[in-house]
Amino acid sequence: MSDLPAPTLLEVDRLGRHFPVRGFLNRRVGTLRALDDVSFAVGEGEVLGIVGESGCGKSTLGKTLMGIHEPTSGEVRLRGERIAAPGQKRAAAVRAKLQYVYQDPGASLDPRWTLRRSLHEPLIIHTDWSRAKREEHVQAIVSAVGLPQAHLDLYPHEISGGQQRRVGLARILVLGPQLIIFDEPTSGLDVSVQATVLALFRDLREEFGLTYLFISHDLAVVRSICNRIVVMYLGRIVEIGDTAEVFRAPRHPYTRSLLAAAPRIGGPRVTESFTLQGEPPDPSNVPSGCRFRTRCPLAIDKCATIEPAIDFEGGHGVACLRWREDAL
Amino acid sequence: MAPLLDIAKLSLSFRTESGPARVLDQIDLLVQPGEIVGLVGESGCGKTTLARAILGTLPERLTEIGSGHIRLDGVDMLRDDQATERLRGRVVTFVPQDPFASFNPLFRIRAQIGDLMRWKTPRRTASRFGWRSRAEQKADDEAVLAMLDTVQLPQPRRILEKYPHELSGGQRQRVMIAMALLPEPRLIIADEPTTALDVTVQAQILGLLRRLAVERGVSVLFTTHDLGAAWEICDRVVVMYAGQTAEIAPREAFFAHPRHPYTRMLLQSLPEEGRDAVGIPGAVPSPLQPPPGCRFNPRCPRMTGICRDERPALSGQHGAHQVACHHPVAVSEVAGNV
Ligand SMILES: Nc1ncnc2c1ncn2[C@@H]1O[C@H](COP(=O)(O)OP(=O)(O)O)[C@@H](O)[C@H]1O
Ligand SMILES: Nc1ncnc2c1ncn2[C@@H]1O[C@H](COP(=O)(O)OP(=O)(O)O)[C@@H](O)[C@H]1O
Ligand SMILES: [Mg+2]
Ligand SMILES: [Mg+2]
Repeated sequence: MSDLPAPTLLEVDRLGRHFPVRGFLNRRVGTLRALDDVSFAVGEGEVLGIVGESGCGKSTLGKTLMGIHEPTSGEVRLRGERIAAPGQKRAAAVRAKLQYVYQDPGASLDPRWTLRRSLHEPLIIHTDWSRAKREEHVQAIVSAVGLPQAHLDLYPHEISGGQQRRVGLARILVLGPQLIIFDEPTSGLDVSVQATVLALFRDLREEFGLTYLFISHDLAVVRSICNRIVVMYLGRIVEIGDTAEVFRAPRHPYTRSLLAAAPRIGGPRVTESFTLQGEPPDPSNVPSGCRFRTRCPLAIDKCATIEPAIDFEGGHGVACLRWREDAL
Repeated sequence: MAPLLDIAKLSLSFRTESGPARVLDQIDLLVQPGEIVGLVGESGCGKTTLARAILGTLPERLTEIGSGHIRLDGVDMLRDDQATERLRGRVVTFVPQDPFASFNPLFRIRAQIGDLMRWKTPRRTASRFGWRSRAEQKADDEAVLAMLDTVQLPQPRRILEKYPHELSGGQRQRVMIAMALLPEPRLIIADEPTTALDVTVQAQILGLLRRLAVERGVSVLFTTHDLGAAWEICDRVVVMYAGQTAEIAPREAFFAHPRHPYTRMLLQSLPEEGRDAVGIPGAVPSPLQPPPGCRFNPRCPRMTGICRDERPALSGQHGAHQVACHHPVAVSEVAGNV
C-alpha cells in the first residue's frame, strides 16, 4: 500500500443490529445482539478483512451495510452521504454502488437464461441504456473476468463451475459498484481453485478501482489479500489494524488465540500448545463487561464490569483493558 | 509389523446411466497399528469413496469391484461379508464430516449413544443380540460418561439429555469422536472431520483426536483437502489424484520435498504472505472419462507422451518416500516448504 492515506469511501459509525428472540406464542423473550457499537472506516481501493468465529456477526455486518438489514442503532456513510440509519430506506442509486456476494457468485445464475441475458438483466433494471450500449459494456466486462465472448450464448450448465463463478462476478461488475462485500467467497473451495479465484479478485480490484470488504474465517486467505483486518468477537470489534501488523503483534488475547489456532506447515504442531477452551457463548445472553472474558486467560475482576472501548496506538486499535500491561 | 489396514491395487467403479464411473484406479495404501495417515487430494478425487469402501458402506448394487483387496486386521473386507459385519463399528469406526447428518434428529444423545453401546460395546462376551447384564450396562454407562469427559464436553450428563440440534457444531463433532472411541476400535476413519468447523474448534478437535489416538494406540485414517490439517495430525501422508495414488511419504519429507508435480502444485496453491499463490489450472477429470495413463497428465506441466501411454507405478518400498510419476521432481529441485 502507498503511504498516502486513501480518501475515505465508507464510514461505519457505532453500528448495531439486534434481533428479537421469540419464545412461546411468538412473544419477545429477549434480544440477540448480533452487532453492537461497530465503528470503522474503509479507504478507497482498500481490501478490509473481517474475521472471527462463526456467529460473531460478520454476515450481519455485511448485510446491514448492504441495506438487507436495517440498523438498530448507528449509521453508515458512503463518501459522506448517509446510506443507512434506523428507519432509513435505501435509495435505488445507492443500491448499485454496493454489492454483496455470498459465497459462490456463480450459484445464483438463472439456469434458463443465456449468460448474455443474465448479464444484460441488471442493466435493464438499473439503467436506461440502449441495447447496443449494454452489449458493448457486457462484452468489456466479460473479457475482464477472462471469459471468451462466444460463451455469452451458452447456458450456465454448459460451462464449468469455475466459469460460472466468473459470470457471477461479471454480473456484479456490470453495474459499476464501488464497494463489494464478499462473504466467505472461498469457503468450500480447494486450494488449487482458491488461488485462481483470489488472483481474479486482485486483478478486478485493480482494473475497476474497487474497494473490498472481505469476510472470511480463513486467516491465511485474509492475510494474503487484505490490507487491514477487523477481528470480531460476539458482535463487537476487538481489534483492528494493518494485516501485517496484527499478524506480527496481535494485541487482543482473542486475536492471539485465533492466530495460534491456524496450522503452520513446517512449524510445530499448533494443536499441542493451543489453549483456548470451548466456543463463544450465546449472543442472546452476552457476558457483562468484556464479552471475551469468559474464555480469556487474562481476565480479571474489572473485565466483568467495564466494557472496553477501542484503544488506538499507531493506527492499530484494540478493545482490551490489559493490553498495555507488559509481560502478558 | 503386519499392517492393520492393507489396500492393494484396488479398482472400483460405480454403475451409472452414462456408463461406469471409474472412481478408484489401483489404489495402494497401508496403515500400521497406531499410525495416523492423512489421505489428501482435491474434492472429487475419491477420498470418501475409499473411506466408504473400507467401511463397507458403498451402495452394493451400484458398486463394481474391479481388482485388488482391502484387508483389515487380515480380514478381506470386500468379500467376507460375515467377518466384515463383525469388524464394522467395532474394530473400525467412523467420524463423518457432517455430524448433524449422522444423528437421528428425533432422539436425545442419550438414546443414540445407548443404541451404539447395545450393539457395539467392547464388553460384549455375554451380550449377544443386544442383551447386556446389569453390571455390563453399568460399566457401559460409566464408560460413556468418562468418554464424554475425555472429549472435553463439560457437564456430560446434560449433554446426554440434549437433542442433536441443541448442540453446537463443535459439540456434535466431540460426541461423534466419543462414539467412535467407545467401541475401543483399532482404526478410526475420519472423513474431513473439521472441514465445517472454525479454526479454533478445528485446533481443539484435531489436538484431541491426535492425543487420544496416540494414547490408546488407535490408528487413524484422516481424509482432508486441507493440507494444514494434514500437517497438524498426520504421521504419514498419502496423496490421491482422480482415484490414483500419486505420492506417499512421511509427513516431514512430504512437506519438505514433495515429488509429484500434483503435490507440489497443491502446496504452491496455499495462500502465503508476500507471494501470489499459483493454483492448478483445469479441474479433476470426470471418472466417466478418465484420461489414459497418469490421470494428472492433462493438468501437468511435465507431461510427455509416456504419461498418456503408460500408467506410472508407485516407486520404492513401503515406508520410503514413494511417488507414482514418470517425471518426478528431484529432491534437489525443491526449495522446500519446511
Ligand atoms: N435474521 C436473523 N434473525 C435472528 N438472528 C440472526 C439473524 N441473522 C443472524 N442472526 C444471529 O446473529 C448472530 C450473528 O450471525 P452472523 O452475522 O450470521 O455471524 P457470522 O456471519 O459471523 O457467522 C448469530 O447468533 C445468528 O444466529
Ligand atoms: N454413487 C456414485 N455414482 C457415481 N459416481 C459417484 C458415486 N459416488 C461418488 N461418485 C463420484 O466419485 C468421485 C469421487 O467422489 P468422492 O469419493 O466423494 O471424492 P472426495 O471425497 O475426494 O471429494 C466423484 O467424481 C463423484 O462424483
Ligand atoms: Mg456468515
Ligand atoms: Mg469427500
